[in-house]
Amino acid sequence: MASPREIEVKRRALMAATVATAAVGAVAQRAGAQTTPARAAPPAMKVSFTVNGKPRDLDLDPRTTLLDALREGLHLGGTKKGCDHGQCGACTVILDGRRINSCLTLAVMHPGSEITTIEGLGTPDKLHPMQAAFVKHDGYQCGYCTPGQICSAVAVLAEIEAGIPSHVTADLNAKPALDDAELRERMSGNICRCGAYSNIVEAIGEVAGRKA
Amino acid sequence: MKPFTYERAASPAEAATAAARQPGARFIAGGTNLLDLMKLQIETPDHLIDVNGLGLDRIEETQDGGLRIGALVRNTDLAADARVRRDHAVLSRALLAGASGQLRNRATTAGNLLQRTRCPYFYDTNMACNKRRPGSGCSALGGYSRQLAVVGGSEACIATHPSDMAVAMRVLDATVETVKPTVKPEGATRKIPIADFHRLPGDTPEIETVLEPGELITAVTLPKPAGGTHHYRKVRDRASYAFALVSVAAIVQPDGSGRVALGGVAPKPWRREDAEAEMSRGAKPVMAKLLAGARPTEENKFKLPLAERALAAVLAEAKG
Amino acid sequence: MKFDTPATTNPIDRLKIVGLPTDRIDGPLKTTGTAPYAYERHDVAPDAAYGHVLGAAIAKGRIASMDLTAAWAAPGVLAVVTAENAGKLGKGEYNTAKLLGGPEIEHYHQAVALVVAETFEQARHAAELIKVDYAPARGAYDLAASRDSAKPAGKDEEPADSRVGDFDAAFAAAPVQLDATYTTPDQSHAMMEPHASIAAWNGDRLSLWTSNQMIAWSVGDVAKTLGIAKEKVHLMSPYIGGGFGGKLWVRADALLAALGARAAKRPVKVALQRPLMINNTTHRPATIQRIRLGADKDGRLTAIGHDSWSGDLPGGKPETAIMQTRLLYAGANRLTRQRLAELDLPEGNSMRAPGEAAGMMALEIAMDEMAEKLGLDPVEFRIRNDTQVDPEQPERKFSQRQLTECLRTGAERFGWARRKAEPRQVRDGRWLVGLGMAAAYRGSPVIKSGARVRLDGKGTVTVETDMTDIGTGSYTIIAQTAAEMMGVPLDKVVVRLGDSAFPVSSGSGGQFGGNSSTAGVYAACVKLREAVTAKLGLNAADAQFADGQVRSGDRSIALAEAARSGELAAEDAIEFGGLDKKHQLSTFGGHFVEVAVDAATAEVRIRRMLAVCASGRILNPKSARSQVIGAMTMGAGAALMEDLVVDKRHGFFVNHDLASYEVPVHADIPHQEVIFLDETDPMSSPMKAKGVGELGICGVAAAVANAIYNATGVRVRDYPITLDKLLEKMPDVG
Repeated sequence: MASPREIEVKRRALMAATVATAAVGAVAQRAGAQTTPARAAPPAMKVSFTVNGKPRDLDLDPRTTLLDALREGLHLGGTKKGCDHGQCGACTVILDGRRINSCLTLAVMHPGSEITTIEGLGTPDKLHPMQAAFVKHDGYQCGYCTPGQICSAVAVLAEIEAGIPSHVTADLNAKPALDDAELRERMSGNICRCGAYSNIVEAIGEVAGRKA
Repeated sequence: MKPFTYERAASPAEAATAAARQPGARFIAGGTNLLDLMKLQIETPDHLIDVNGLGLDRIEETQDGGLRIGALVRNTDLAADARVRRDHAVLSRALLAGASGQLRNRATTAGNLLQRTRCPYFYDTNMACNKRRPGSGCSALGGYSRQLAVVGGSEACIATHPSDMAVAMRVLDATVETVKPTVKPEGATRKIPIADFHRLPGDTPEIETVLEPGELITAVTLPKPAGGTHHYRKVRDRASYAFALVSVAAIVQPDGSGRVALGGVAPKPWRREDAEAEMSRGAKPVMAKLLAGARPTEENKFKLPLAERALAAVLAEAKG
Repeated sequence: MKFDTPATTNPIDRLKIVGLPTDRIDGPLKTTGTAPYAYERHDVAPDAAYGHVLGAAIAKGRIASMDLTAAWAAPGVLAVVTAENAGKLGKGEYNTAKLLGGPEIEHYHQAVALVVAETFEQARHAAELIKVDYAPARGAYDLAASRDSAKPAGKDEEPADSRVGDFDAAFAAAPVQLDATYTTPDQSHAMMEPHASIAAWNGDRLSLWTSNQMIAWSVGDVAKTLGIAKEKVHLMSPYIGGGFGGKLWVRADALLAALGARAAKRPVKVALQRPLMINNTTHRPATIQRIRLGADKDGRLTAIGHDSWSGDLPGGKPETAIMQTRLLYAGANRLTRQRLAELDLPEGNSMRAPGEAAGMMALEIAMDEMAEKLGLDPVEFRIRNDTQVDPEQPERKFSQRQLTECLRTGAERFGWARRKAEPRQVRDGRWLVGLGMAAAYRGSPVIKSGARVRLDGKGTVTVETDMTDIGTGSYTIIAQTAAEMMGVPLDKVVVRLGDSAFPVSSGSGGQFGGNSSTAGVYAACVKLREAVTAKLGLNAADAQFADGQVRSGDRSIALAEAARSGELAAEDAIEFGGLDKKHQLSTFGGHFVEVAVDAATAEVRIRRMLAVCASGRILNPKSARSQVIGAMTMGAGAALMEDLVVDKRHGFFVNHDLASYEVPVHADIPHQEVIFLDETDPMSSPMKAKGVGELGICGVAAAVANAIYNATGVRVRDYPITLDKLLEKMPDVG
């Protein structure tokens, strides 16, 4: 169920898009590379999107994933690279209102998009309610999967609110429940090897209860 | 990952034409499978054609009471569509049993049909694999085969098709609509019954579908609702975010007749209409026909009784 | 500070801050993504180039030739490092296989090259262009096939074999006997943060920002491998995205980043790519375990025998799966034997509770089987064989041992009385339901640990130690310790960890870190208190540190006063003087599990989990509980799904990514309960604490296995207990 807004964003992105030949640049050679023989650098592409409310313009190797654009290009290290293959969820960000694995999409595919990362939800001095609940319930240990868990959790509550069913939804035609089984199933794309699951579900449940 | 050039296509026909013009071009939509494989040098396109902007993201009702699902409808949206939930529940259930919320938000209908196998030897470029490098051999034969095919495989390949959605599409008698590259601006379209869409490996496991070079899926259509009760039973070790060991998609009518297709057992969604004649007699006779000619390995022979038991459970549930 | 007499009353006993379920002090950073992990240090190396590792395509043999031409010619490439051009390299004390292979290849995916380039994408691509010709050799990859060639092998100070009484005679004479063989598979740590490092050279000095549990060990091994002085290596690891033993050692990321940085004359960052990690790094080795138990008709064990076989690369170590059997249950006649086979699989090494985790997986099924043979309740059977002394050396007592209390408490809280002794009696719709339990046991070693504590004019206390926090809560319990000792609130304490410039600590491993490192902080704080009272002219003997004040007699002076004219600093270490040898320091627990098994498909789902732990003083019940539930989760994975599958033809772990090596996800784990028994252990340290993070995994998998048996009547002795092993004996469907 794409929201009308999301579809609209995509349309605009399409209209704004031009063919690749228009987007040519060069990856800047860095000073340290002087000792190596000069070679043709791959053609870079420009892409502009909004990250945590801030417009960002990037010149990127087309191979750059959204994850690496955030981490290496924009120095937003909160989005984690756990597996780089869509198998762990540590790289979860919210793209145009939906959670995705940022490791499995190219940055150049998202002109005009709005991206929210963990840094956009709250700061140490001003925690988002989900972040505060994770602290309170000790919903993390090593902390590496945590930003992905939190981004996912925020999106999960929105998905339930929007009536999107899950694998454990008993009646596909009714509004999904907000119970632990639903939360666990929906959060299953975020692996926590430290095993904080039991606490994470309590943290999300508390935020969900507060909202209700 | 090999360097590639990248373009955004302006129309399905242009996308197809562009793809046919450039050898080594690939379409990219959700990217959830393609980029995974590109990072491992399993897919090595020279050129990517981004089809996300083609407007193929709508679900419309067809004149005969079915649904026409745009190729780019995301898995989440397809599973959550009220009409799909009500009339084609097996499809919702299959989609929701697959992957994770994040992946379903990106993965598309067409991309899901084109998912490539999860055979671990396909995934390791140091190993021989006829699907990845034709003629190199099959490391899975004699290797770790617990996840792999028990039926429909060949001496060249025993990979399974990993999709859940495709199994439901098969049981729903879906049709794949495509556009082929052509000089004409509107392109040439064709309709492929889902039964014919995926190929068995034979001697050429690298050819997985009947799509021609450059041919682009534009939609998948479902006929009018099949009625009955819809079931998708996915069996796996991990409770979620795991591929099926065996999955059963079934539609059971009040008189006990129905349809059934299996996932996790074959190189394609596995359905045999002659087996369905046995539906009202129970799981055993159905499976005897459906899995006739099965050639399991020592490690995956459990899939035969598992499939039968899973279907029996589905039939029991359908009886209520 | 020498710790050689049992702890008496000390400032920690006030428990104003220690012992409280404080939120982690690093929580706001971790939950906002602002805690910087090794690869994210743009601040220290803004111009870092990117390294990408190429792993060997064979398990054993030689590199016949390598063609680097195409890689060198690829855009952006700054350096290509191989064993051939890296210069002379040593091997770390703690590494079994070399971190950079070639020309000899010791295991699959052993690193053979690093490509350094301007960007990650360029480095990855160029690495793919390296052509390697291998001359493969035959290797041994099958533990079962190599079992007969296995040799006796001890580890550390523990001998390979132990014998007490006459096992053979006692076993033969026992009226009730069990002789069963169990297997546990190879398992992967699969921590969420891949091994990652940034290296930067300044002249001959190396700075390494990395992800490592044991700073001092690793400084030594980096120096040894590179052939430079330890003093030239500065290692920093303030945040670690999980370790579980996999980051006890220097791994290829760190070495290759250092070599790459030297070659490229630039800082270089390297993260091991996930599909490489499993075969490139270490894993928990598979075991074959034969357990023989003999008991009299009353259920008293008269003979306990445990043989274990595991494999490792030449020069490697055994998985010490028999260790707990030497200590857990009473019994006059005992035999344990540990055998090690040479295998050419990747390096086996420590993973969370090495030894006991795998050993308890087997022993605690055996105990369940034996209880059934005896017609005894499994809880009662264990209690009947409890002991307060080391069964091999009865003059040696356990410092604390509340196994019986753990089991009784757990049984009561879990509703164990409702369990049907006969299996397959409880049905809930499509599910067969069963209860299972197991004892938990893990040693609680102590290791010398140092810290420096500084007091500034604002009354802020800063603790510096090379201790690491791998998710265990070290930051928080160290802050709690310093706050308690110095009488300041938690927010007046700053904790700085994981830097080799700081005093050497115990590090994180073997569940020794929490107790040892806080005891080291305690020692440093005792010294700082002395400096403070001296500075303030107060009587050290009766000085009370509380509420930011120091009180002595009728005088009360603000703590900050002591540092008004300049910072006060004190450094000390806790050194353990033999109490841990004279007594057996161990932790105990009971695990209780309810499972449901789908009657049709034999899928197993865990419904309830409870752990009761007796492990000394709990310094922070919130983070300690998290340690235990995390360990229970890993134990659930061990029971139900974790299995590195060996391709015995090619010699590698086939399922080498996170899609195919399944670890538990949210949907696998129910609400988990943890109870800590009230306990302080004056033999362990001035903190009177012990370890808990590994206790939590020991026994869990067996409790799950026993619950599955109770649910289904099918006894599986080969982990993991996947549905294919149950299916044949499941009831008819429909």
